[in-house]
Amino acid sequence: MTQLVYDGTFHGFLTSVFESYERKLSDFRIVRQSHFQPVLLGDALTIVSDKAKSDRVWMGLKKKLSGHAHNNIYKAFLSESNDIECLLTDFIKYVFSSNTNIESDLGDARVVSLKKVAHQVHREKHRMEAFVRFQRTKEDLYYASITPDFNVVPLIVPHFKDRYADQHWLIYDRKRHYGIQYDCLTQQVVEVLINFDQQADRAFLPESLCHEEELEYQSLWKKYFYSVNINPRKNTQLHVRHVPVRYWRYPTEKQA
Amino acid sequence: MDWERVREKLEILADAAKYDVSCSSSGSKRANSAKGLGNTTGTGICHTYTEDGRCVSLLKILLTNFCLYDCLYCVSRRSNDIKRAAFTVSEAVDLTMHFYRRNYIEGLFLSSGIFKNADYTMERLVRVARTLRIDHKFNGYIHLKTIPGCDDDLMRQAALYADRVSINLEMPTEASLKQLAPEKNHADIIRPMKFLSEGITVAANEKQLVRSAPKFAPAGQSTQIVIGASPESDWDVMRVADTLYRKYSLKRVYYSGYVPISNDSRLPQMGTPVPLIRENRLYQADWLMRFYKFSVQELIDPTRPHLDLDIDPKLSWALRNLHLFPLDINTASYQMILRVPGIGVGSAIKIVKARKFKKLGWEELKRFGMALSRASHFIVYSRMETMPRDIDASVLRERILGQSKYGKTITTQQSLFT
Repeated sequence: MTQLVYDGTFHGFLTSVFESYERKLSDFRIVRQSHFQPVLLGDALTIVSDKAKSDRVWMGLKKKLSGHAHNNIYKAFLSESNDIECLLTDFIKYVFSSNTNIESDLGDARVVSLKKVAHQVHREKHRMEAFVRFQRTKEDLYYASITPDFNVVPLIVPHFKDRYADQHWLIYDRKRHYGIQYDCLTQQVVEVLINFDQQADRAFLPESLCHEEELEYQSLWKKYFYSVNINPRKNTQLHVRHVPVRYWRYPTEKQA
Repeated sequence: MDWERVREKLEILADAAKYDVSCSSSGSKRANSAKGLGNTTGTGICHTYTEDGRCVSLLKILLTNFCLYDCLYCVSRRSNDIKRAAFTVSEAVDLTMHFYRRNYIEGLFLSSGIFKNADYTMERLVRVARTLRIDHKFNGYIHLKTIPGCDDDLMRQAALYADRVSINLEMPTEASLKQLAPEKNHADIIRPMKFLSEGITVAANEKQLVRSAPKFAPAGQSTQIVIGASPESDWDVMRVADTLYRKYSLKRVYYSGYVPISNDSRLPQMGTPVPLIRENRLYQADWLMRFYKFSVQELIDPTRPHLDLDIDPKLSWALRNLHLFPLDINTASYQMILRVPGIGVGSAIKIVKARKFKKLGWEELKRFGMALSRASHFIVYSRMETMPRDIDASVLRERILGQSKYGKTITTQQSLFT
């Protein structure tokens, strides 16, 4: 078996797919550099990301799929799950092997598995759009810190860019150590890396870094949240189904 | 800003608004074209959920809970001895803007007690919406309540600024309204619905001709009916809802289980449980009418005026129509597949798509994420090991209740009026 070792980027993955066809490999596996382990009786090939090659695969897939299913490939990749390369490779092989669009062949395990993973990632994206809370800093930056299950930051850019067009904001993934920052003057989103000083490296900023009105609005929001609850209807099971406990770290109203 | 005072007002005016169950922020597409603040994309977002499991998507407040009326079912009724407060226009606007900027909400749901008169109150509500839209370039969601009896022009303005407008029927029938809200007039509630429905239709037609035609309540109108405060049956309630959907093209009818808030003898007493299951069954029936193409008569009729509390209305329908089953999943029409208990819209679409590739058997079906244990009583599929036998409806009902994880937890709620 040949292992195709790539750099962990989406381009790198697609380049590996390209190489597998180019070299007519039948028994191969695509692995991330970080997950690579040499095996006995097998060779390893280091793949260098190549935009031209990855674009060819990407455009080839585009011709065979709807926009939605095409996008699902990227979403599934962002799940970072251990066997995602394997799942994607199987799916892509099926796409290219058929003359017709196979995305609605939901009786097929490859199609269903991919759809499922993409859906999980999509839900995480939606939750980040819903549960993320900005805090206004002294410098008038609206800051949010997240630790999502999947690498959804690239997916949430359009939503926040369209919505919060007239304020500076920054969303930081503290698990993956990168973030996105929007500048309302240039209307551009850029990727940022931050070396947090100790006191800022947590979900909520300390008071010393907040805008003078910030804590007041947080307290107003909490007041609101508890005032709209109807006690005779209390239903904790339903509440937790909608907001699983691991998401309680985000919303302001869930903080003590 | 006097934070302490605003906090107190917010507590009072959010508490007073919470019995209005509408929380939807969907159905409107408003791009943030002027690079101001906010947008709506059509789907809506639930930003949090209260501990009773209801979604919080909008800042839902009353402008004031001072009210001229004395409607028995309402916490803000004139004769109720409670704290009263009123937001200024700028306070309501500030709260909306600052909450929105922090990603707490999708927008504002503004209602009000009626002070001075209908027009004066409505004019204030419209002013909040206009200030947000014009002065603050706010493109988030706005839901305005219309005040019964207000001027047509104010209603028109409300619809120009808001995404959704609504007026609550509250009582399912005119007789109950007379009984519990003697100062209110049924016609005053129906008239604005008619006015808005016509306006929405005209605007939609204009929009087809000229894309830049102004928006007029793009997310449509909705209403709310209180369940369990008055003696109407489910049949009465659903017939009213059906009429509203057909006649005034309402987007939603909300059903709100009455939460006892008064000791008046004409109402269920304090401590009476909220009719949560009845409310749930009504929503299920409502969904069946709107998304599953059931007619109201198929679900309920005057000879059985209440929905079954133990089982959902679709299963109930299927058990009454066992002669239509079992259905062959590989050949049946989409419309019929939709009618199988345990199969929802999503699964029905998947089935119809996937069966073009190969005949579907148990292996395939179980991947679709439907309630297969329930559906299996009503379908046949490829490579089936045992064929379903003729089975009696009551036996099947017991069997399904036995395997349902909810079957055992349902306690039959005492109906007040039977």
